[in-house]
Amino acid sequence: MSEGTVKKIMYVNRKAPYGTIYALESLEVVLIAAAFDQDVSLVFMDDGVYQLKKGHQTKGIEVKNFQPTYRALDDYDVNKLYVEKEALEARGLSQEDMCVPVEVLSAAAIGKLMEQQDVLLSF
Amino acid sequence: MLHIVNKSPLERSTLDSCLAAAQPGAAVLLIEDGVYAATRGHAAESKLRAALAHLEIYVLVPDLEARGMGQSLVEGMKPVDYTGFVELVVQHKNCQSWL
Repeated sequence: MSEGTVKKIMYVNRKAPYGTIYALESLEVVLIAAAFDQDVSLVFMDDGVYQLKKGHQTKGIEVKNFQPTYRALDDYDVNKLYVEKEALEARGLSQEDMCVPVEVLSAAAIGKLMEQQDVLLSF
Repeated sequence: MLHIVNKSPLERSTLDSCLAAAQPGAAVLLIEDGVYAATRGHAAESKLRAALAHLEIYVLVPDLEARGMGQSLVEGMKPVDYTGFVELVVQHKNCQSWL
């Protein structure tokens, strides 16, 4: 990475965990890219809000529980996490159901943040 | 007969397709991301509750638990484990997976 260039990079997560591989893949990419000291933010919209629903217990489906990794993001200075308000409401969820500290924003407010990014990566 | 739905009802329309086609007395089994439909407060909750009048609705518990939804199952939905899943398939004459 050329020195001095910090880009605003947003990861947009819109899929439920476990049913598809998208959530885990996104998390892997975030962790890899965290080494480059960029201005990173994560957005959880639509079914993506389920990725942060507290209490994943994956023993029964014999799949790795990757939820603890979200709690490690802060150690990599990834601490801008935004969750879509409308998505939570449609799913009977609230901010208290989230496994990490997040900022709850309307879809429109998230849209404004998107406008400010250099790069958007969609999962 | 047995109907199986495995997609989130807020991302795909397979639950609606299933409910529109399922005949009275049929069984519906929700698995994978399909289990979200049967969680309290979900936008699909009332639709599923209404369907209970003429359908048996089963939900695969390991998929609920994996998603942190083990305590959120709507009343009236019947929880099943993998053994129960196999029994449902055996008990019914045929099976449609709404992929």
